[in-house]
Amino acid sequence: MDPLIVFLQAVVSGISIGCIYALVALGFVLIYKATEVVNFAQGELMMVGAFFAYTLVDLGGVPFVPGVLLALLATAAFGVILNHLLLRPLIGSPAFTIVLATVAVSTLLRAVVAMIPGWGVETHRLSNPLAGQVVPIGKLVVSAEHLMVIAVTVVLVGALYLFFSRARVGVALQATSQNQLAAGYSGIDIRRMFGLIWGISAAVAALAGVLLAPAAFVHVNMGYIGLKAFPAAVLGGFGSLPGAVVGGLIIGVVEELAGLYAPEGVKNVAAYVVLLAVLMVRPQGLFGISKRVRV
Amino acid sequence: MKFYKKTSYTEDFRLFRDGAAAFWYALLGLALVAAPFVLPAYYLSQLVLIGIYVVAGAGLMLLSGYCGQISLGHAAFFAVGAFTVAVLEKHGVPFLAAFAAAGALSAVVGFVIGLPALRLSGLYLAIATLAASFIVTEVIVRWESVTNGASGLNVAKIRIAGWVADSEPKLYAIVLAVALAAMLAVRNIVRAPLGLAMMAIRDSETAAQSMGVPLMRVKLAAFAISALLTGLAGALYAHKLQFIDPDQFTILVSIEFLVMIFIGGIGSMHGIVLGAVFVIALPQLVAVAKDYLPAAVAQQSGLQAAVYAVVLLAFILAEPTGLYGIWRKIKHYFSMFPFYRKGSLRRAKSFAKSETW
Repeated sequence: MDPLIVFLQAVVSGISIGCIYALVALGFVLIYKATEVVNFAQGELMMVGAFFAYTLVDLGGVPFVPGVLLALLATAAFGVILNHLLLRPLIGSPAFTIVLATVAVSTLLRAVVAMIPGWGVETHRLSNPLAGQVVPIGKLVVSAEHLMVIAVTVVLVGALYLFFSRARVGVALQATSQNQLAAGYSGIDIRRMFGLIWGISAAVAALAGVLLAPAAFVHVNMGYIGLKAFPAAVLGGFGSLPGAVVGGLIIGVVEELAGLYAPEGVKNVAAYVVLLAVLMVRPQGLFGISKRVRV
Repeated sequence: MKFYKKTSYTEDFRLFRDGAAAFWYALLGLALVAAPFVLPAYYLSQLVLIGIYVVAGAGLMLLSGYCGQISLGHAAFFAVGAFTVAVLEKHGVPFLAAFAAAGALSAVVGFVIGLPALRLSGLYLAIATLAASFIVTEVIVRWESVTNGASGLNVAKIRIAGWVADSEPKLYAIVLAVALAAMLAVRNIVRAPLGLAMMAIRDSETAAQSMGVPLMRVKLAAFAISALLTGLAGALYAHKLQFIDPDQFTILVSIEFLVMIFIGGIGSMHGIVLGAVFVIALPQLVAVAKDYLPAAVAQQSGLQAAVYAVVLLAFILAEPTGLYGIWRKIKHYFSMFPFYRKGSLRRAKSFAKSETW
C-alpha cells in the first residue's frame, strides 16, 4: 500500500485513541483545577461508567442512546457521592494524603467491580449501533467507530467551552478554580461547586469509557488507560483544558506512529518518552502557567 | 511522666534520645538476633521479607518522608537492583561485588531520574518518576540478550567466599545486617546537615533556598541515596525469591511502597519498620480471616485488594499519622494518665512535620 495512506491511516486512528486520552485527561484537569485534587481514580470512574452502560444497554435492554445517557447520569451521581464521602473530609490535608486516598479508591473500585456478579473479571462487549461499519474518505478507510469517537469529542469539548464561558454555573465554576476565597465572598457555594465538578468529571470519564468500549471491551482493568491519560494531562500543563485535549491528541498520534515505524516495545513507552522530553524543556507543560510560591 | 531537660544543642542530634531508649533498642536488637533460634521457618521467611521491605522503605522514606519528593517510580530502582545482581552473578561475579554494583547502578538511575526533579515539583515530579519507571521496565523487558526479557531469570543462592547462604537463617542474617545498616544510615543522614537540608526543602522549598540550601545538590543526593537503598533491597529480594521477571516490578509495587511508608507514619524512622510489618502481615491476616468468612465472600479474588484499600482509606480519614501516630498516642496516654485529652495530640492540617526526638 501507498506509504502515505498507511501514514494517514495511523494518524486517524491515533487521533481517535487520542480523543479518548483527551477525555480522561479532561476529567483529571476539571477536578484538579477546581479542587486541587489529583484524582488517580479517574480511569476507574471511566471503568465504572462503561460497566453502567453495559448493564443498562446489554443486560437491561435499554436502547443505546438513552442507555448511555442514563449511564452518564449514574456515573455523575457516583462522582458526587464519592466527593461527598471521601474528598470533602480531606480538604486541607497534604497532597500526599489525597493522592493516596484516590489511589485507594481506584484499588477499591477495581476490587468491588470484580466481585459484583455479572460484571466480574471477564471481558464484556458493549453492543453499539455502529459496530463494523466503515466510511471511505478518498483512499482512506476509516471505521465508523473512530469517526464517532472524534465527533463526540469535538461536540463535548465545544459544549464544555460554551458551558464554562456562557452558563452562569460554568462561570461560577471558573471563578472557584481561579480563587476559592474570592469566589466564596461573591456568594458562590464552593461546596456545591466541588460536588458539581466531580459530577461533570465523572460523566466525561463515563463517556470516554463508552467510546473506548468498542476498541478495548469493557473489563475491570480498562481503567489503566488512565496511566496514559495522565501524561496527556501533564503534557498539556495540568490545569489547562485545551492543554489536556492537545496533550491527549499528541500522545495518541505519537503512539500510533511509534507502533508503525519504531521497533517493538517503543509504542508502550512513547507517551512517557514524549512527556519527559517536553517536561525537560517546559517544566510546566505546554499550556501551563508557572506559579510563584509565597513563603 | 518524664521531662527532658536539654543542656546542649548536640543532644538534639544524638543517635538515641537517652539511656532508656538505647536500652530498649538494644533489647529489640537481641530479640532480632535470637529470632532464627526460636521462630519456625515460615515466620523467619516472613521476617526476611519484612527486612527487605525495611531497606526499600528506608530509601523511600528518605526521599518522600524527609525530602518531600513524591516518587511513583521506586519499583524501577527495585527492578534495577534485582536484575543487576541476577545478571552479574550469572556471569560469575561474586555476590558482594554484584550487590555493590546493584546499589551503584540503581543510584545512577536514581540520579538520572532525579535530574528533572530540579525543575519539577509535586504532581509533575510524581508523573515524571512514573514515566521514567515505565521506561526502565520496558528496557528490562526488551533487552533480552542481557535480562532474558519477560521469561525472567533464575537467581542462585548468596555465596560469599565459599560460604553459601543455603538456609533461611543464613539469608536472614544477611538481610538483618543490611536492614540495620540501612536504618542506621538513614537515621544518620536525617540528623546530619544533609538531612536537615532535606527537611527544610520538604517544609518550604523557597524558604530553604533563601536560607542557602543548595536545592539541586540536596535533591539529587536524596534521589541517589533513596535509589541506592531501594536497589540494594531489590538485590536481596531477587535472592529471596530465587526467580525474577519484569512483571514483579509494576506500578503496583511503587504504590505498595508509598502505602507502606504512609501507613507506617510518614516522616518517622519507626514508620519504616511498622509499615514494612504491616505490608507483609496484611495478606497473611487476610488469608487467615478467609477461613472464618462465609464461602461466598472468601472465594472472591479481589478480597485482599479490597481489604488493603479499605484499611488505607481508614488510615487516611482517621489517622493520617499512621501506625507510628497511634503508638505515640498510646504512649502519651499512659505517660499523662489520667490527664490525656482527645485534643492532646490534635493533628494540624499541614504538611507532615518530622518526628520529634
